Amino acid sequence: MIKLMYNLVIYLNMTKKLKTDSKKIIVELNGVVKHFGEIVALDGVSAQIREGEFFSLLGPSGCGKTTLLRLIAGFEQPTKGNITIDGFQMDGVEANERPTNMVFQSYAIFPHLNVEENVGYGLKRLNLGKDETARRVDEMLNLVDLDNYNKRPAHALSGGQRQRVALARSLIMKPKVLLLDEPLSSLDKNLREQMQVELRHLQRSVGITFIFVTHDQEEALTMSDRTAVMFEGQIVQIATPQEIYSRPKSKRVASFIGVMNFIEGQLLKDGDQNTTVDAGILGNVKVNPDQMPIPLNSGPVTIGIRPEMLTLLIEDQDRTEFEIGGVILEGAYFGDMTNYTVQVKGLKSPLTISMRNTAGRRVLEDGESARVGWGADSLVILNKS
Amino acid sequence: MDRVKNWFSSDSSRGLTLIGLPFGFSLLLLAAPMLLIFFLGFWTQDYLVLDRSFSLDNYIEAWTEPMYRDLMLRSLGISAAVTLATVMLAYPMAYFISFHGGNRKALWLFLVTIPFWTSYLLRVFLWKVILGYNGVLNSALDWLGVIEEPLTFILYNANAVIITLTHAWAPFAILPIYVALEKIDRSYLEAATDLGDGPLKSFLRITLPLSMTGVVGAALIIFIPTIGDYVTPKLVGGKDGLMIANMIQVQFMKANNAPLGASLAVSAMGIVSIISLVFLALNRRWLRKRGS
Amino acid sequence: MKSNKNTLKVFAYSYLIFLYAPVLLLPIFAFNDSTIISFPLNSFTFKWFAGLTQETYLQESLKNSLFVAISTSILSTCLGILASRASSRYEFFGKKSILSFLILPLFLPEIIIGVALLVVLMQLGLPLSLWTVILGHTLVCTPFSIAILNSAFANMDMSLEEASLDLGETRFGTFKRVIFPMVSPGLIASLLIGFTISLDEFIIAFFLTGTETTLPVYIWGQLRFPAKLPGVMALGFLMLLLSLILLLLAEFFRRRMNRTTDDQVNVQFGNLFKHDKKT
Repeated sequence: MIKLMYNLVIYLNMTKKLKTDSKKIIVELNGVVKHFGEIVALDGVSAQIREGEFFSLLGPSGCGKTTLLRLIAGFEQPTKGNITIDGFQMDGVEANERPTNMVFQSYAIFPHLNVEENVGYGLKRLNLGKDETARRVDEMLNLVDLDNYNKRPAHALSGGQRQRVALARSLIMKPKVLLLDEPLSSLDKNLREQMQVELRHLQRSVGITFIFVTHDQEEALTMSDRTAVMFEGQIVQIATPQEIYSRPKSKRVASFIGVMNFIEGQLLKDGDQNTTVDAGILGNVKVNPDQMPIPLNSGPVTIGIRPEMLTLLIEDQDRTEFEIGGVILEGAYFGDMTNYTVQVKGLKSPLTISMRNTAGRRVLEDGESARVGWGADSLVILNKS
Repeated sequence: MDRVKNWFSSDSSRGLTLIGLPFGFSLLLLAAPMLLIFFLGFWTQDYLVLDRSFSLDNYIEAWTEPMYRDLMLRSLGISAAVTLATVMLAYPMAYFISFHGGNRKALWLFLVTIPFWTSYLLRVFLWKVILGYNGVLNSALDWLGVIEEPLTFILYNANAVIITLTHAWAPFAILPIYVALEKIDRSYLEAATDLGDGPLKSFLRITLPLSMTGVVGAALIIFIPTIGDYVTPKLVGGKDGLMIANMIQVQFMKANNAPLGASLAVSAMGIVSIISLVFLALNRRWLRKRGS
Repeated sequence: MKSNKNTLKVFAYSYLIFLYAPVLLLPIFAFNDSTIISFPLNSFTFKWFAGLTQETYLQESLKNSLFVAISTSILSTCLGILASRASSRYEFFGKKSILSFLILPLFLPEIIIGVALLVVLMQLGLPLSLWTVILGHTLVCTPFSIAILNSAFANMDMSLEEASLDLGETRFGTFKRVIFPMVSPGLIASLLIGFTISLDEFIIAFFLTGTETTLPVYIWGQLRFPAKLPGVMALGFLMLLLSLILLLLAEFFRRRMNRTTDDQVNVQFGNLFKHDKKT
C-alpha cells in the first residue's frame, strides 16, 4: 500500500495535476434518450459531471446505467439529446476519437498479446518510438503494481491482475474521463474491498474524472464523490453519498440504498416555518424543511427512519427525545452489531433497529419487552407513492 | 432521410451485406438448380429435344414402372439396413469410449477416424478386394481351412453394398452418439443405482433415452445421403445391388432422358424427407428436452 | 459389471479391426510384388511407387486436383468468413433461414447436387471444366467453413473490438491487430478442411469435369484395369499419409485458436498428447 502511494506521488510529478475540487464541468448530458427498437433504455437523462470527481452510476440491472456509459464512450449514439465532453459536442464523434477510455466489465484483455503489448496497445498509433513506449509502459505497470509482468501472456493472468492491466491500458492514454463498467463485480469479496480502496486512491492522485457503474450500493457509497441513482432509464437523484443515504428523494431510492423503516403519516404545513408530521403511534413531531428531500404539501406522506437512527433503551436511565414500547421479535447477531426486529403496538409492520454491540451492552432476547427511542431529526419525509 | 441513413449503418444492413455474397452464391448454385430439377421432372425429353410443356408422364413412369419402383424400394431398404446396422454397431463402440475410455478417450476417437481419411473410392474398392471370389477374405478363410469353396453371397449384390456402407458411415455414427453420451451427467446413473437399478436397467432407463438425440442425429446423417450413393452400388453391387442413384446417372447420361432422371431424383428426395420427418416426429419425446 | 466391461472391450477392439481392415490392405498390397490383390503375399517391393512417376495422366490429374482443391478452399473460406462474421456479429431479417439454407448442402446427397448443377450448366450452355468443379466443390465445402469459422468468431468477445476502438484504433486497424490474429487459426483450419474435402470428392467432379479430370475421377477410371491396381494401392497409401498430415495440421491450428480464446478443448478431433479434460 505504501509502495502504491509512493508510486502515485512520482506519477503525479509527471502528469499535469488537476485540481480535484475544481468546479469545471467535464461531461454534460442533456436530455439523453436511447431507444433500442421498441425498448426505451434511457428516457431523458441530464447531468453534469465535474472534472476530477469520482462519479458513480448506481442502479439495479436494466436501469440503463451501462447504456449511458456506452453512450459517453461512443459505442452507441443517442436517439435524442446530446453529450458534451470537455466542452465539445460528441454528436457523430466515434469512440476512437473521444477523450475517454473504458475499463470493461470483462476487462477485454487481448488474449493473443502479452501484458506490455496490451498496455501499450493504444500508444502504437502515436508513433512514440520503441524506447518511449517501453518507458511509459513500465511506468504504468509500476503504478498498478505489476512490475516485471511485461512478458506475461494474457491467459496466464488472474482476475485481479487482468483488472490492473485493463486499468493500466486505459490510464496510459491519459483520458479526460475514465469509464469503468462494473470492474469489480467478478472479484471475490476480499479482493473487491481492497480494490475499492486502491481505485479510490488511484483516482485521487491522478486526478482524472472517473465515471463508475455499479449495482452495489455499498460500493457506490464507499468510493464516490457523487452518485447518480438510476431506475428504469432515468436518473432520480444525484448527490453525495451522505445525502443520498440520509435524504433520499423517494421511497424507492431509500429502499435501494440500505434498509429503511417506513411509517405512514400525515404532513401538516402551517406556513413555511411550522411543519409537523403526524406519525400515528409515534406522535406529532415538528420537522425541519431539510428533512423533506422533495418539497411536499400537507397531506398523506411516508415517513422513513434508518435502523441506526432508532435505538433500544436498554438501561433504565437511557433517555431519548421520544420513546415508545415494543416487543423484540428477533435479533440477528452480526458480531459488531445486532439487528433487531421489534413489534411496536399500533404499527402494522415491525421496525428494524440496528444496535452496535459496544462493550457492556446487553443483547436483548426474543420476546423481551423493549423501549424504542428516537429523535425528531431522525425522520425523513417522503412522498407517499 | 435520417431513418434511411440510420439503417445503412445499422447492424441489420451490415449483416445483410456481409451475408449477401455467400447467400447469393447459394441461391445461384443451389436454389436455382434445385428448382430447375424440380421443374425438369414435369417436362419431357425425346432424345435430344426438350419439350417444356407441363406433363406428369415422367412422374407417373417413375412411380408405376416396376423397374423403378423396385429400385426405389430396394434403395430405401438398403439405406434402412445400413442405418440400422451402422447405428447398432456404433453405439456400443461409442459407449465403450465414453464410459470406459478413461484417459485415452481422445486417442480412441482419433484412432476411429484415421481409416476414413483415405479416399472413399479406394475404400469401396478395397472392400471389393476383400469380399471378392479370390479376395482377401476368401483366400484367408481358405488358407485357414475354414471353408472349402469361396463364399459368393458377399459380393456383387445388396449384401456387399450394406457391408461396405456400414463401414463407410461408422465414424458418422460413432461421433454424434459419443457426444450425446458424454453429455449425460454421470450422477444421474449414480442416482439410479442408488435407487436400486442394476446396470442393465439403468442403461435402458437413463442412458439410452438421454442419448437418443445422438442416435437420431446419427440415423439421419446416414439415412438421407445413403439413398443417393452412387459409387458403392456401382463397384460392389453387381446387378442386384444397384440403387436409385445409378439409374439417375444413366438417365442423365446414356439414356438422354434428363426429365425422367429428375423425376426419379425428386421422388427419391421427397420420400426420404417424408420418412425423415416421420422418424423425427416419432422420436419427439427424446428430442424435446435437449433440443435437436 | 466387470464381465460387461470385458465383452465391451472385446467388441471395441474387434470393431476397430473391422474399421481398419480395408485401410490396412493399402500398405500391404502397395509394397507387395504381385499384380493380383489377394493372399498369399509375395516379396516386398517399391516398384509400384516408382511406377507412379511414369504415369503422366496421373500427374496431370494430380495437378488438376491440387488446383481445384486450393481454389475451393480459398473460395469456401472467403464465403465462410463473410457468413460467419455476419452470423456471429449481427442480427438481421431472415437470419435463421438464410443460415439454414447455407448449410443445406451438408444434407443433400452429392449426386443430387452434381446432377442439378450439370443440368443448370447445360441449360445455360456453359462448358464443363475445372472451374465448374470448383463451383460445385465450393458449394459443398462452404458449410464446413461456416461451421469452423462460426466458432472462431463466436469466441471473439465483442468487447475486445470495442476495447481496441476505445483505445484509439481505427476499424481497419482493429481488424488487423485484434480480429484477424484471433481468427486466423480458424481460417487455416477451414482452408485445410476445404482442401482435404475437395481433394477426395468424386461424384460432383465426375459429373462436372470436362476433359481435365481430377484425381478421384482418374482413379475411378483406373479401377477397371486389373494391371493398374497395385499402382492404385500405392497412390492410395500416399494419399492416406498426406491426409493424415493435413488433419494433424488442421487440429493443431484449431486448438491454437481455442487456446487463444480461452476455450475448452473440443474432443471431437481428439487430442493425442494430453489427457482429455471433462467439460
